[in-house]
Amino acid sequence: MKEEIIIAGFGGQGVLSMGKILAYSGLMEGKEVTWMPSYGPEQRGGTANVTVILSDAPISSPILNQYDIAIVLNQPSLEKFVNKVKPGGILIYDGYGIHTPVTRTDIQVYRVDAMDAATEMKNEKAFNMIVLGGLLKVVPMVKLENVLLGLKKSLPERHHKLIPMNEAAIKKGMEIIQKV
Amino acid sequence: MSEEIKLLKGNEAIAHAAIRSGADGYFGYPITPQSEILETLMAEMPWETTGMVVLQAESEVAAINMVYGGAATGKRVMTSSSSPGISLKLEGISYLAGADLPCLIVNIMRGGPGLGTIQPSQADYFQTVKGGGHGDYRLITLAPSSVQEMADFVTLGFDLAFKYANPVMILADGIVGQMMEKVTLPPFQKRRTEEELRKENPWAAQGKPADRKPNVITSLELDPAVMEENNNRFQAKYKKIEENEVRYEEFMCDDAEYLLVAFGSSARICQKVVELAREEGIKLGLLRPITLWPFPTQAIAAYANKVKGMLSVELNAGQMVEDIRLAVNGKIKVEHYGRLGGIIFTPDEILDALKEKIINA
Repeated sequence: MKEEIIIAGFGGQGVLSMGKILAYSGLMEGKEVTWMPSYGPEQRGGTANVTVILSDAPISSPILNQYDIAIVLNQPSLEKFVNKVKPGGILIYDGYGIHTPVTRTDIQVYRVDAMDAATEMKNEKAFNMIVLGGLLKVVPMVKLENVLLGLKKSLPERHHKLIPMNEAAIKKGMEIIQKV
Repeated sequence: MSEEIKLLKGNEAIAHAAIRSGADGYFGYPITPQSEILETLMAEMPWETTGMVVLQAESEVAAINMVYGGAATGKRVMTSSSSPGISLKLEGISYLAGADLPCLIVNIMRGGPGLGTIQPSQADYFQTVKGGGHGDYRLITLAPSSVQEMADFVTLGFDLAFKYANPVMILADGIVGQMMEKVTLPPFQKRRTEEELRKENPWAAQGKPADRKPNVITSLELDPAVMEENNNRFQAKYKKIEENEVRYEEFMCDDAEYLLVAFGSSARICQKVVELAREEGIKLGLLRPITLWPFPTQAIAAYANKVKGMLSVELNAGQMVEDIRLAVNGKIKVEHYGRLGGIIFTPDEILDALKEKIINA
């Protein structure tokens, strides 16, 4: 098993932390993991992306030509990464941030309306966990129990009370993701 | 799962490994992309546990001179910075080398020249292995290509520094510094007691007892005859290091017809290139120098009799390629492929360059 994933969106959307929780979940599952962020003068509103690789075998390059899965959370990220999804690969987007439809027919496209759902849950911070839930529904690469363990490991103890809320958000994402 | 397996950034791994390797002091100044080293050390507060000093100096120049002072007393001391900050430290590094002092220096390279960019680069190869500071000195240079090696090379670096009484450089870049991977941290070593320090480092400035002459730590020698002797001593030491400490790794080299040579993050990317090339039926291997000085000259020279061509893949305009050409000595074609200024090459670009510059040339 090897999944090469890019997660991209605006700074402040929780792109890097979503990748981190996915990486921790992989660690809990006993996988090899690499988490490679774009770093720079990023700030709320700028663009941010992170490459996450989960694999049963040792991982070679953290820099990739193409991805198995692209999760794009705004229009610039869609434009940047849509053509870097491998044929037969998966693209997941949030309906709120994307204005133009995906025209590629050789990839599977999913839509998760995470921004709307987060607003509905009155918890904007749940946004990235809703997206993560959607991803795990489409490709169950890590077990939910290991995601919760990963959350526990990556969050400071004072934030552990937020884990049930995150679990609810992940389950919400699993419910609402739909094939386009 | 063992408690000791963690998911860390390369920079964080260096900080944790420093505390665990029994380091006595870290002196640094923040600069992207290595600031997590200082930040992690500050957050861990080792002065409350092991007694390790962590200090943000007023400048890079101050930090390297604090290292000089600490090293002169036989302590395990270190500093870290990124390219422009290392340039500022070079005077101090030359003094450390000239005074036979052990210390660990970390450079998480970014694109230059000048203030440049904060994105990854390997353009400080010349600066590190050919001098940088003035005079005939050498830095033992370790080039990690994974977060695990970032941790491991701290302990190894300190051990080599004290074995040879010489500064050691960990030369990495923003990719290895910023990425997170699984890492097993080294076991805790106690810091040396004052008594152990005196015993292990009889040369150190530790306070003069009545029964010996003062230990003088200096790089200054006004008598050229003595200064030549000092230089001969340095050269003898460097020769010993070249004989004993060359480290490199081979990946799919056994049946290789072509060879990539790359260090650090570039070597990770090149592993993928080897996988891609082999899918196309190209017999490609990768040789990764782990020590950039001493350079694996003999290993590369041996491959000059086995493969048809070599491509040096570096995030710079062609630096290590000069050492490869010296090793190969004209026997086969050796070319360079690089990206500059903080742009990172993709595996596809490298494979295309290999075909264009070596296979189909």
